[in-house]
Amino acid sequence: MVALREESEESLNRLFRALADGTRRDILARAIAEAPSVSELAARYEMSFAAVQKHVAVLQRAGLVRKRANGREQLVSTDRERLQRASELLDSYEVLWRQRVAQLDDVLREGE
Amino acid sequence: MPITSVTKQPEKLSLTVVADFPVPRKRLWDAWADPRQLERFWGPPFAPATFTHHDFRTGGRAEYYLSGPNGEKWADSWQFTAVNPIDSFEVLDGDDNADAENMPTSMTFTFEATPTGSRLVHVTRFSSVEAMEKTIPGMEEGFRAAMPQLDALLEA
Repeated sequence: MVALREESEESLNRLFRALADGTRRDILARAIAEAPSVSELAARYEMSFAAVQKHVAVLQRAGLVRKRANGREQLVSTDRERLQRASELLDSYEVLWRQRVAQLDDVLREGE
Repeated sequence: MPITSVTKQPEKLSLTVVADFPVPRKRLWDAWADPRQLERFWGPPFAPATFTHHDFRTGGRAEYYLSGPNGEKWADSWQFTAVNPIDSFEVLDGDDNADAENMPTSMTFTFEATPTGSRLVHVTRFSSVEAMEKTIPGMEEGFRAAMPQLDALLEA
């Protein structure tokens, strides 16, 4: 869930307005479950692609979802999914840095 | 192992690495200042780095590419936002013409003297998950493959 830290009244209003719509609540539930693309979402509802995009934008402004590019697709994900992905990527960076430091150590021990 | 600590903060998209080396601070600094030494350790074992440009001073730029195992070339450029010889340097990594959502990743390197030699404190702050994905394009699998070996290495 979104952490509410010292949220101003305005952002709380945005949050409640975003959640006041059934389609948006459904989009949010799907984003939590699977990070669908905007096109996948648009195929699910009886409305235009542009209308779905608008709903996503409302959720985004309320801080409930994020959009990220994956090739030509726009994936809609929640903070939780983003944190998980960030965690995975940081693990890769840790490996990279451990290898880097080991190699630097070799260079330093060899001298010039 | 020279690594003292690795701290990962997913919510801040940041990674901090502290490592100690048995050499004087000047020697450690020179490894970063000399592109011929830098390219011997910057890239992962399966994708060595070639620095084509390394203007190591405040306002200068570096350009390099990594050569992947299947002939891939991953190019990157740095902007040195601060270079204070043998104390510290700061880098902005990534596109100069990035939009607000893809701000460059920032890296800071601090060099400290220790009783046994020198210490490197490095912090990478990614601007976004997208920036993280871009920085290791196609390399993630290589690192994942290295993970089990790494665990074995750490247990040894």
